[in-house]
Amino acid sequence: MTTVKEQQVIQEQFKERMNQDELLNCMRCGFCLPTCPTYIESGLKEAHSPRGRIALMKAVVDGIIEPDEEVERSLELCLGCRACEPVCPSGVKYGHLLEEARDIINQNKKHSLPVKMVRNAVLNGLFPHQNRMQMVTGLLGFYQRSGMQTLTRKTGMMKLFPDHLATMEKVLPQVPTMKKMKNRPEFLEALGPQTKRVAFFKGCLMDTMFLESNDATMKLLQLAGCEIVIPPDQACCGALHGHSGEKDAGKELAKRNIQAFEDLEVDFIITNAGGCGAFLIDYDHLLKDDPDWKERAKAFVSKIKDISEILYELDFHKKNHLELPEQVITYQDSCHLRNVMKTASAPRALLQAIKGIEYREMKDADRCCGSAGIYNIVESEMSMQILDYKMIQTKATLATTVVTANPGCLLQMKLGIEREGLTDKMRGVHIVDLLLEAVGQEK
Amino acid sequence: MLSNDVKQKLKAIVGVENFEDSKSACLVYSYDATPNFQSMPDGVISPRTTQEVSEIVKLCNEHKIPIVPRGSGSNLCGGTCPTEGGLVLLFRHMNKILEIDEENLTVTVQPGVVTLDMINAVEAKGLFYPPDPSSMKISTMGGNINENSGGLRGLKYGVTRDYVMALEVVLANGDIIRTGGKLAKDVAGYDLTRLYVGSEGTLGVITEATLKLIPIPETKKTMLALYQDLEAAAKTVSKIIANKIIPSTLEFLDQPTLKVVEDFAQIGLPTDVQAVLLIEQDGPAEVVEKDMKKMAEICHAEKAVSVKVAQTAEEAEALTTARRAALSACARLKPTTILEDATVPRSEIAKMVNGINKIAEKYKLDICTFGHAGDGNLHPTCPTDARNHEEMERVEEAFAEIFALAIELGGTITGEHGVGVMKAPYLEWKLGKEGIAAMQAIKSGLDPNNIMNPGKVFAKDSRKRLVVTR
Repeated sequence: MTTVKEQQVIQEQFKERMNQDELLNCMRCGFCLPTCPTYIESGLKEAHSPRGRIALMKAVVDGIIEPDEEVERSLELCLGCRACEPVCPSGVKYGHLLEEARDIINQNKKHSLPVKMVRNAVLNGLFPHQNRMQMVTGLLGFYQRSGMQTLTRKTGMMKLFPDHLATMEKVLPQVPTMKKMKNRPEFLEALGPQTKRVAFFKGCLMDTMFLESNDATMKLLQLAGCEIVIPPDQACCGALHGHSGEKDAGKELAKRNIQAFEDLEVDFIITNAGGCGAFLIDYDHLLKDDPDWKERAKAFVSKIKDISEILYELDFHKKNHLELPEQVITYQDSCHLRNVMKTASAPRALLQAIKGIEYREMKDADRCCGSAGIYNIVESEMSMQILDYKMIQTKATLATTVVTANPGCLLQMKLGIEREGLTDKMRGVHIVDLLLEAVGQEK
Repeated sequence: MLSNDVKQKLKAIVGVENFEDSKSACLVYSYDATPNFQSMPDGVISPRTTQEVSEIVKLCNEHKIPIVPRGSGSNLCGGTCPTEGGLVLLFRHMNKILEIDEENLTVTVQPGVVTLDMINAVEAKGLFYPPDPSSMKISTMGGNINENSGGLRGLKYGVTRDYVMALEVVLANGDIIRTGGKLAKDVAGYDLTRLYVGSEGTLGVITEATLKLIPIPETKKTMLALYQDLEAAAKTVSKIIANKIIPSTLEFLDQPTLKVVEDFAQIGLPTDVQAVLLIEQDGPAEVVEKDMKKMAEICHAEKAVSVKVAQTAEEAEALTTARRAALSACARLKPTTILEDATVPRSEIAKMVNGINKIAEKYKLDICTFGHAGDGNLHPTCPTDARNHEEMERVEEAFAEIFALAIELGGTITGEHGVGVMKAPYLEWKLGKEGIAAMQAIKSGLDPNNIMNPGKVFAKDSRKRLVVTR
């Protein structure tokens, strides 16, 4: 519940903080409607479309309506996939508007105690601290290896959780040991002649739960002729904070990262998670009002590049023989990689270069899978509805391998495969793992 | 405001989940794609069947509640803005393609079907529905019929009107009628089908439509002619037509438009020329080849600096898609985009382009001009800022002068966007007092209580006629 008093404060801040030019830039043509997953899945409700959400934000600024529960609901139900941005002829920065609006609402709203505790624990207590991330992942590892997992499953304890969470538990990857997580490289030489010097942004989830994909990424970079620096003092990208209305925390993390990477004299800063990359590449917007950091943020942003983009640019797929056993492969875009980082053709080109496989594009591959950070946990009903549509399209390709480029999407696609009972016939992989597999086939 | 009694009855008709009247539910249907128009409805309703529409209309007629039928709200004349409140009627449940009749070459649809979805469905069967408004990815067939939408292929294939064969309409008293049929010939009484096409929701609610299809053209070619002189481009248009070639598309874009479109689409459009013509021809391969060659010659003779034929279907598609984004892309320049669609006989296109530029100069405004030059339908667009009242006044004056010029050249105030609320004050300029009276007689005969989209087409006050002497 938001009280009347809170609503008044929120409305005032909307007037002060929302970018009015940007709100006016939406000329309401509606070109965004067919790309919005929540508009489609809600049965074509304008309140759950980008045009509708912008109209609501503007109406709050203009004082036509109050920021009541329904306005909040409309903003909450947005995936933040930003599929509306590339199709917007007027170039409205919807993502920035959404982030600002969510920040205003969140900062002025009293959360219930349990919600507050969870938010605080996850956003402030966990993600910004890599050692704690390691510990939590380590606990998961203990759970998986100690026999507890088997026990839990046998006793049916997971039945106490909502269906999709119980399934989610099954698809979590086998996590690395604490020792592995603690013992990370800080520098790697190129294999073969060196062409570029890059820094690697390892990410918090990627360097714990998905550590193997990080290893694969670095291996591919080495093979592509890159010398790699992995600054140990880097931090979580802050995307989770930014998207859930904790902008200030996001800014602090951004500053830590800019500092960690700025004196490394590298050509690029490489990421392998679309979600992180899209937030990193937006640091200049995040810090635009901070004179001390604005320019430094710009320099940082200019170097951000996704792994598939650099591999493609360095002709990795031409210089290395890529081959896999016969299989049909399809690719699910990471929304943020596609819509914000504008990387869409490189991963496809890399996959198509693999000998022995058949690549089949799935219909609406550019539509969100419903993962969207923690959306699949907090908005499970809509998320599962979106996933069901995604699985219909995935199955239609007859693919046995579904490739993604972001950990959230990967888990969601694995969840989809598990829910459809296709675990024996279909697998979900991160593109770097598949590429490394394809290199390995030859040697 | 709707009384509780009415609300209960509405909910009883469509089910509680299909009626909403919360502030935010109403707010998101308070606008359409027309700048500067916003007005809250009293409720929003989503019927599932024609029967439900009929019951809703009956109830509204009894209580004199305005009804505004709305597709995707992409119209550009304020046609679906509920300026007098009342109920917004949505077709999100009535959005099915009912039948594709391959023997009679027709398609029958519910009003909520998205235009492009229908086009794709009929093309999958080797059939062709030519009207292609720029908003076809989102616009609905109900909206297209009510606005009599045009599109890029208008000059060769005509507009929506030319493809509507039969309609099911709920009248203002709730009666359900069927007009026309799958008939090539039919003179049984007044042509109500044509009356309802373009009626902007003011005469009844269209609940079903049967549309004419034609065989899909064998091939299609696209080319781009570049000019350093606006008038030369415009003259080319008249010259092509005068040479008895009717291309399927003949679009004009000036430099400011090219720049914003390229900024959005990034497909390598030239931004260093004054204007381009986007030309497309379809039909049998040899005819297309011959026409394209002839048109390229005309372009060169009219001082085109270059003429390029698209090499692949993808390249051609990218060009037309980019053109469709022109209007919204103009919003990149300034927050408010005021657009008109004054139309002249195609022989007058050069005079019109010239006149628009002079008017822009006179009122010190930037005006981007693009549009369907081949059918004389131009879209002078003025990027401005609604918060700048002084400039907004100049914009209004300039557009009034553009309308006056169009009429003087034998044209009209709107070619394809409709009158709605935006152009209502100017309608008399085109029709005269007597013309308006004749239309009002039809309106009051069919909708005596004035509940069907009130405030549209007919203005409370007409603007004083502007006389341009030049």
